[in-house]
Amino acid sequence: MQSTARDFKHNAHDALRDANLQDSLSKLKVGFSERRRQAAERLPEFEALRDRARDIKNHTLANLDFYLEEFERKVIALGGHVHWAPTAEDALRIIADLCKSVNARTIAKSKSMISEEIGLNDHLEALGIEPVETDLGEYIIQLRHEPPSHIIAPAVHLTKDQVADTFLEHHRALGFTKRLTERNDLVAEARQVLRQKFLDADVGLNGANFLVAETGSSMLVTNEGNADLSNTLPKMQIVLASIEKVIPTLEDAAVLLRVLARSATGQESSAYTTLNTGPKRAGDLDGPSQYHVVILDNGRSSVLGTKMQDMLRCIRCGACMNHCPVYGAIGGHAYGWVYPGPIGAVLTPQLIGVEEAGNLPNASTFCGRCESVCPVRIPLPGLMRHWREREFERHLTPRTVRQGLAVWSFVARRPKLYRRLTGWANQLLALFGRGEGRYRSLPLASGWTRFRDFPAPQPGGTFHAQWARQRSRMRP
Amino acid sequence: MKLLEEAGCVVEVPPLQVCCGQPAYNSGDRASTTAIARQVIDAFEGYPHIVAPSGSCAGMLAHHYPGLFDDDPAMKARAENFAGRCHELMSFLVDVLGVTKVDAHYEGTVTYHDSCSGLRELGVKQQPRTLLGSVRGLALREMTTPEVCCGFGGTFCVKYPEISNAMVGEKTSDIAATGAGTLLAGDLGCLMNMAGKLQREGRAVKVRHVAEVLADMGDDAPIGERR
Repeated sequence: MQSTARDFKHNAHDALRDANLQDSLSKLKVGFSERRRQAAERLPEFEALRDRARDIKNHTLANLDFYLEEFERKVIALGGHVHWAPTAEDALRIIADLCKSVNARTIAKSKSMISEEIGLNDHLEALGIEPVETDLGEYIIQLRHEPPSHIIAPAVHLTKDQVADTFLEHHRALGFTKRLTERNDLVAEARQVLRQKFLDADVGLNGANFLVAETGSSMLVTNEGNADLSNTLPKMQIVLASIEKVIPTLEDAAVLLRVLARSATGQESSAYTTLNTGPKRAGDLDGPSQYHVVILDNGRSSVLGTKMQDMLRCIRCGACMNHCPVYGAIGGHAYGWVYPGPIGAVLTPQLIGVEEAGNLPNASTFCGRCESVCPVRIPLPGLMRHWREREFERHLTPRTVRQGLAVWSFVARRPKLYRRLTGWANQLLALFGRGEGRYRSLPLASGWTRFRDFPAPQPGGTFHAQWARQRSRMRP
Repeated sequence: MKLLEEAGCVVEVPPLQVCCGQPAYNSGDRASTTAIARQVIDAFEGYPHIVAPSGSCAGMLAHHYPGLFDDDPAMKARAENFAGRCHELMSFLVDVLGVTKVDAHYEGTVTYHDSCSGLRELGVKQQPRTLLGSVRGLALREMTTPEVCCGFGGTFCVKYPEISNAMVGEKTSDIAATGAGTLLAGDLGCLMNMAGKLQREGRAVKVRHVAEVLADMGDDAPIGERR
């Protein structure tokens, strides 16, 4: 996917003026966080489970090579195939070759963020293979040629009316000529259209929430059951996942599932939890005759053993974005690439470069709400700060910021100078602001005063000056 | 100062004390941050408790300083010892000194904003509410989302003014919806941000640091106003 992360400020400017988006975001902000809060409260051991979930992922990451090879052995023993894709290009080539090997014309996809990451749909279309998204949200944005704006609710930026218009435009040719207004009717129409696509598909492609090393299974949760149809009907199944999705055992999966749905949507569990374990066996009534797992690295392994490794614990629940006030203000598209919100601000610079995505880890107040809800306790603000440090080291921080910072830290390291300069600044601001007690505009501070008044200090000098005066009165 | 002295503390302000270094820390300038942190740790050597009337500054000292010295075991030990002595004012009064009430009077309804660092790094939530509960004439009315960030974020508010403005606008709507005549919080950055926005919107809400009300200094001019 082409990144617009460099234009983050411009994207955010547009997002703040998009009335439909703002309407959708106002609902999202309250809904998801409230449901997560209730779900967490209903489960007394929730906090302890978060610790266990973190520990499971840390253990796996520390032994990642072992568990990935174990997973591969199990898949092969089941009669499946594992393909290693160091880069996005490798993954595209592998998947295209697999599709060509069965002369695939259409493939039914269930939701996969990795397929967005590698730009799979565009690649397949260029080869004359039609990818059909079968998750409702993904289907809607595919019709609209938009990227997802949220990792678990890809069309969350759209209103019901926008979806109604999109369906009317694209389904008219299929005989659906009435503009629908009820949510259930829209879902029913999409279901009718998609049912035939499932039956026609030559290949089913899905992502994975977890790859279970002990059984060679890929595990997938959905609320629509679309993955189960795309897994079982076509003759070839392709699972596309990144290296950090592997976990040791089914027991571990059970722990992670318990925090995943609660963190994501506030559900105790998703409506469907499916384990795919190899191709159709003798005696099975259905299932794919070919089972392939494509495992993508795409730069992830380079953070193993570094301070940034924590980002690989992510189980893609979306809680960080649901609770992020910046995401809540501008939505997901403004982040400019596949992964939005706090986890996007940490992952995107790793995956496409900090030169391109440098704005993302800076556009945070470090309010810490993301870290406080992360089911695997990723220190998201800390990781964003690491990116800011990398940018500073590499002189990517804007020149004005660097210069301002250099002057400020020069002064801050000289307490007497610091005291004198802050004293002068305080007196000046107090003197000129004495009329109203605040400024409506200030030189060099338009970023502040464009939207807010700037409070003037009260007369009497800085805290230190007042304290010194008080002390000298007490000790003559 | 008044609150601390009334609680029986002897208060001193080291003359060589400067900023905690958070602006450099959050801008990625690790070298300046570390230099400033050494200076701050030196300045407070020998004091059993270090108290800041700000969750953000106290969070920097108590939460982030030790991590600055991962490569310097001797300094890290000092930083950890220092961090353990640092407290946010409300937390120090209630959790360390065991204060449960103050002798103060403030007439009217107030609402309280939980500043992010104090809340999430230091667990400041109930302490200010406990103390406010003892102020005569004061009624607390909560916002719908008192724990959501006001959009200040240090340099964030001038680096991304439009996003910051959207965030603080949402906050001031929440404040106004409570009908409270006064907004209180424990962090000056957030207070200036919210005061500036409330005043730009022409809303008649007074903004004060919670310590002013608890110290019975509620007659002084509110932030950004003249008496």
